[in-house]
Amino acid sequence: MALKRATRATDIGDDEADVPLQAVLLADSFAQQFRPITDERPKVLLPLVNVPMIDYTLEWLASAGVEEVLVFCCAHAKQVTSYLEHSRWTSQSNFTVTPIESRDCVSAGDALRVIDQRNVVRGDFILISGDTVSNMSLKEVLKEHQERRRKDKLAVMTMVFRRSKPHPLIHQTRLGNEELLLVIDPSTKQLLHFDSLKEAGGRESARQQTLARQVVLERSILADRPAVQLCLDVQDCYIDICSPEVLLLFTDNFDYQHLRRDFVKGLLSDEVMGNKIYTHEIFGDYAARIDNMRAYDVVSKDIIHRWTYPMVPDIRFASPETGIKIGRSNIYKEDGVVLAPTTVIGPSTVLGTGTSIGDKSIVRNSVIGRGCTIGSNVNIEGSHIWNNVTVGDNVQIRHAVICDGVVLKSGAIIEPGVLLSFKVVIGENFTVPAYSKISLVRQRPEEDSSDEELEYAEAASGVAESPPSPFYDGRVVNGSPAHGGDELPESPRWDPSEVGIAGAGCNWSAGQDEEWRHSVAPIPSERIREIVAREEEGELEDDARDMTASSTNDNIAEQVDDDEADEEDESAFFDKEVEALFRRAVTGEAGAHEDHVVLEVNSLKLAYDRSFSDCAGAMFTALLNLASERPHTTSRDLLQNCRQVVVQWGPLLRRFLKSQDDEMEVLLVFEEICVEDNREFAPIFASVLQELYDKDVISEEAIIAWASEKQQADESDKVFVKQCERFIQWLEEASEEDEDDEDEE
Amino acid sequence: MVGTMPDVQPLVDEFITKLNRRQVEGSLDTAKLALVLLRQVISAQRIPPNSPANTLIEAIKSVGVRMIAANPIELAVGNIVRRVLHIIREEDASLATTVVTGVTTAVDSDDEDNLDIREQASSHAVAAANRSVLRAPSLHNLLESMPNPIRADVTVASTGDSDARSRSGDKNSRSWKLKHNVIESINELLVELQDYHSQVAEQALEHIHQNEVILTLGRSRTLLHFLLGAKKKRSFQVVVAEGSPRFQGHKLAKELTAEKLSTTLITDSAVFAMISRVNMVIVGAHAVMANGGVLAPVGLHMVALAARRHAVPFVVLTGLHKLCPLYPHNPYSLLNDMKSPSEVLDFGEFSDCLNGATGGPQCHVFNPTFDYIPPELVSLFITDTGGHNPSYVYRLVAEFYSPEDIVLQ
Repeated sequence: MALKRATRATDIGDDEADVPLQAVLLADSFAQQFRPITDERPKVLLPLVNVPMIDYTLEWLASAGVEEVLVFCCAHAKQVTSYLEHSRWTSQSNFTVTPIESRDCVSAGDALRVIDQRNVVRGDFILISGDTVSNMSLKEVLKEHQERRRKDKLAVMTMVFRRSKPHPLIHQTRLGNEELLLVIDPSTKQLLHFDSLKEAGGRESARQQTLARQVVLERSILADRPAVQLCLDVQDCYIDICSPEVLLLFTDNFDYQHLRRDFVKGLLSDEVMGNKIYTHEIFGDYAARIDNMRAYDVVSKDIIHRWTYPMVPDIRFASPETGIKIGRSNIYKEDGVVLAPTTVIGPSTVLGTGTSIGDKSIVRNSVIGRGCTIGSNVNIEGSHIWNNVTVGDNVQIRHAVICDGVVLKSGAIIEPGVLLSFKVVIGENFTVPAYSKISLVRQRPEEDSSDEELEYAEAASGVAESPPSPFYDGRVVNGSPAHGGDELPESPRWDPSEVGIAGAGCNWSAGQDEEWRHSVAPIPSERIREIVAREEEGELEDDARDMTASSTNDNIAEQVDDDEADEEDESAFFDKEVEALFRRAVTGEAGAHEDHVVLEVNSLKLAYDRSFSDCAGAMFTALLNLASERPHTTSRDLLQNCRQVVVQWGPLLRRFLKSQDDEMEVLLVFEEICVEDNREFAPIFASVLQELYDKDVISEEAIIAWASEKQQADESDKVFVKQCERFIQWLEEASEEDEDDEDEE
Repeated sequence: MVGTMPDVQPLVDEFITKLNRRQVEGSLDTAKLALVLLRQVISAQRIPPNSPANTLIEAIKSVGVRMIAANPIELAVGNIVRRVLHIIREEDASLATTVVTGVTTAVDSDDEDNLDIREQASSHAVAAANRSVLRAPSLHNLLESMPNPIRADVTVASTGDSDARSRSGDKNSRSWKLKHNVIESINELLVELQDYHSQVAEQALEHIHQNEVILTLGRSRTLLHFLLGAKKKRSFQVVVAEGSPRFQGHKLAKELTAEKLSTTLITDSAVFAMISRVNMVIVGAHAVMANGGVLAPVGLHMVALAARRHAVPFVVLTGLHKLCPLYPHNPYSLLNDMKSPSEVLDFGEFSDCLNGATGGPQCHVFNPTFDYIPPELVSLFITDTGGHNPSYVYRLVAEFYSPEDIVLQ
C-alpha cells in the first residue's frame, strides 16, 4: 500500500505542477535541552526575539513557496494546535497549515512513522524542525533534488549544510553543538560518510578525545571515486529535502529514532538498498537550528544583527498589529515603550510594546518582551526577558533567560547562565547563583538519563493536559509534599535558600557539570583557554603519533595493508597472551596450577582460532624467554638455565604436544628464535635439544623427522641440523638398535 | 475593509504579504502593482448613494494603511495611495461642479424670466469651479481670484430645487459616474507610470552634451533609459561606480557596453579621484522627500559631496511616483532598509569575530540600502514632467497630493 503510494508520487514527479510542495514540520524536538521551561510550554512556542520560534519556520516555509505544512505535534500538542488555530497562518491563501497530533511518539522516527501511516505526504517534502530559523531559498535545492531523482530513484534525500570555520572553539561558541565530519563526493555532492565528533567533552580526557577524532572510512567509499572531500567545517542546518521513500524507510526500520544518528548513518551503512543521500551547501543564506540555550542566544543575536533578513524584528511577519522602529546600532523599539529620560539603551536591544523602564537603568544587548515593568537603577546585559516580567529597583541581570510572569524583587542579582522559568519569584536582595535553573515545577528524579529522547516525551506528559504518565499518577496519588498537589502556586513551600524570602520556585539541579557549554552566558575565559589548549595538545599528539607510527607502532600502519598482515598481527597478539599467561604461572600468581594454565591456553586457542602447534610454539617461546631472562653470563650458564626451565615446565609444554607435527613445530620455532630473536641460543641449540629429548618433551621420531625434512633445505637452513648431527646420528643408531631389539624379541 | 467585496480581499492580503516579505522590489513595479490593486478595490467597492466619495476614500485608506505598514520603507506605496485619494477627491469635486451646471441649466429652462445677472454669475462660478478642480492647482491659477461663495449658494439652491425621487436617481448615476471617472483617472496614471522611462529619456538630449563625461553609481533602469536616450544623438563617456555591496554597477556597465557606449567601471572609493574629470553626475533615486531631499542607493551621499566639492552638477532622475509628501525625519534609520550583513561579508569567514559567546566585543556589520542626500547637494530633478529645482518640490507635492491625505491614520 505504502509502496504503491510512493511509486505513484514519483510518477507524478515528472509533472510537478500537480503536487503542492509540502513540508513536514516537527513541532517537538524530542530533546530536553530547554527543560524546565519546556515542561510548561512547548519549545516551538517559546519567544525568539519576541516572536514564537515556530513563526520563523512557518514564515520561511511560506515565503519559500511551500504550500502545505504538516505540523507534527506531540508534547503539549494542544498548546501548539490552539496557537496555530488563532494565528494568521490558518487564514493565508496558498498556504495551509495542518496539525497532526500524536501523543505516544518519543522520537522523530516515531513521528515520521505516524505521518507515513496517515498517508498525507504526496511527493517530495521538506523535513524540518519547528525551531529552525532560515532565509534560504529552496528553489535551487529543490531543483537539484528533483533532477537527481529523475536520473536516480535512489537519491532519497538532500541535506542542507552551511559552512563555518573548522575550529572547535567556533562550534562551541556558535551553536554549542557537535563538530561534524562529512565525507562528500566532490563531483556529485553525494554524502558518503556522516559522523559527529564528540569534541571537547569535559568528561573525556584529551587522549580519549583525540582517539575519538580518528575516523575509519569504508574502503568501498574510496573504491570507484577519483576523489573524496572531507569536511570538518560544516554545520548541519537540519533542513532536509526528502522523497516519500524516506517515510517508508522509517516504517521499514522501526528502530530508527534519531534523524541523524540512526537514519542517516543507517542509510549510509546499508549498501544493500543502495539509497543515497546528497548534500547542498548554502553560502549567503542563513540557516540554524536552535537545539540548546546557547544556540537560542546566538540565533537571537543573529536575528538582531539582521543575518536572517527578512525575518528581522522590524518586519512584522507574525504580529503585524504593533509598529516597531529601528534605531542606530540595532535598537528596536515597539510602539508604546515608556523610557525614563535617564534610561540608557545600549546597542543590539529589542524592547517590546507596553514595557516601561525606570530611571538610570541600563539595558544592553538584550531582548525585553511585552508588558514588562522594569524599575530604576536596573542593569540588564545580554539577557532574554520574556513578557510581563516585573523587575524591581537595583536588580542586576546578566546573561540570563527570564520567562513570562517572573517577578524579581528589589536588589536581586541574577548571575550569568541563570534560567528562570514561568512565574518564578525571586526575593529581595537574593543572589541567584550562576547556571541555576529555577522553576515552579519540581524536578523529577532522574529516570533514565541515558536516553534523552524518551525524557522529553515524559517531561511533556508530566503536565496536566497530557495523558498521565505513571510517574505523574504516583505523584498525585501519594500527594507528595514536594509537589503539594495540583494547586502548586498556592502552596508556598519554597525554600528561601533557593529563591530568597517570599520567593517562589525550586532549583533544578543540573545533570552534569557542563552548564557553561549550553547556557546563554558567554563561555568563561578559562574554559576558552582550556578548549584552545586542548586543541593544541591534540594537534601535538597527532604529530607525535605520526612520527612513531612508522617505528614502534607498526600495527596501525599495517592494519590497512591487507588481510595477511592482519593475521600476522593477530598471531603476535596470541603469542603475547600466552606468554603473559605463562609468566603468571611462573611467578605463581594465578595459582600456578598447570591445569589452570592449560585451561586458559586452551580457551585462548579457541578465541584466536589456533592449533595446538601454535600453542606449543608460543609456550616454548615463553619458556626460552624465561630462561634467557634469568641471570647468565656465559652460554654455559644459559644452558644451565634452560635445563632448569625445561625440568620445571617441560611437562606443561608436553601437554600441548599432541602429535609429532606439534613437536616439529616447536623445533622450527626454536630454530627461528635462534636465528632471529635471540642469537644467544644458537651455540647451545644441540644441548638444549638434547635436554628436551632427555626430559621426554620432544620425541626422537620428531627430531629425526625434522632432520630428514631439513635434508632438502638450503645450506643456510641446515646450520642447526649440522650442529646436531652427532646427536641425530646417535638417535638414529639408537632407534635402529631399538628396532633390532624389537626384531630380536 | 469597509464594505470591500470579498473577492478583492485575498488579492489585498497577498500583496501585503508580498510587501511584508520584501518580495516586491523596485519602486516602479511596486507602484504599478499597488495602483492596479487599488483600482480593483475601487471597482469592487459598492458605493452607497449618499457620500460616495467618502466611502471610496475610507476604503482606500483602510487598505492603504495596511499596505504602508507592511513595508513602510517602500515609500512608493504610500505615494500611490495618496495619489489615488487625491484623484478621488478631485473627481468628486469636479462632479459636484457638473451637478451645479446641470442645476443651473434646469433653472434656466424652468423659469426663463429669471434674472440675467444671476445666470451670468452662476455660469461664471461654474467656470471658475471647473478650472479650479479640473486643473491641478498651480501658481498660475492660485493667482486667479475665485468667487467661492456663489458656488456654495448655488449648491444649496440646487438641493432645494429638485424633488426627492429625481435626486436619488441622480445620485445613483452620480456615484456610478464618480467610480467610472476615478477608474479612468487611475488608468491614466497607470499609463503615465508605464511611459515614465520614455518620458524621462526624452529629455536626455537637453541635458547630456557631446563628449561629456557622466558619472553614476549603481544601477537604475531610469538611468539606463536616460543614457540610451542621449546616445541616439550624442557620443559621451560614462563612468560607473560599482555600488558595493550589491554591485549593480557591474550590470549597468555590461548593459552600456552592449549598447556600445564608452564605459569605465570604477570602485566606489575611486569616485573622488574621478570626479574632477566628470561633467555631470546623473543618478537614479529611491524616493524624493517633500523638502527636496533624496533617498538613493547607499554611497550616493558621498558622491554628492564629492560633486559639490568640485562643483559638478548632481542630477537626480525621478518619477512622480517617487515623490513623497512627507518630510524626512531621521531618514538614516527610519527610512532605511537594513539588509542582511551576508551581502557584505561571508559568515563562514568571519564566524570567529561575530560570536558573542566569548563575551568579548563583537564585530558588527551593517548593510544599509539607502543614503539620504540633503536637498542642498542636488542640482536638478529630472522627472517625467520636466526638470525641477529641489526648492520647487514642495509645489509638486501640493499639485499631486491633497493635504488631508498626508497623514493617513
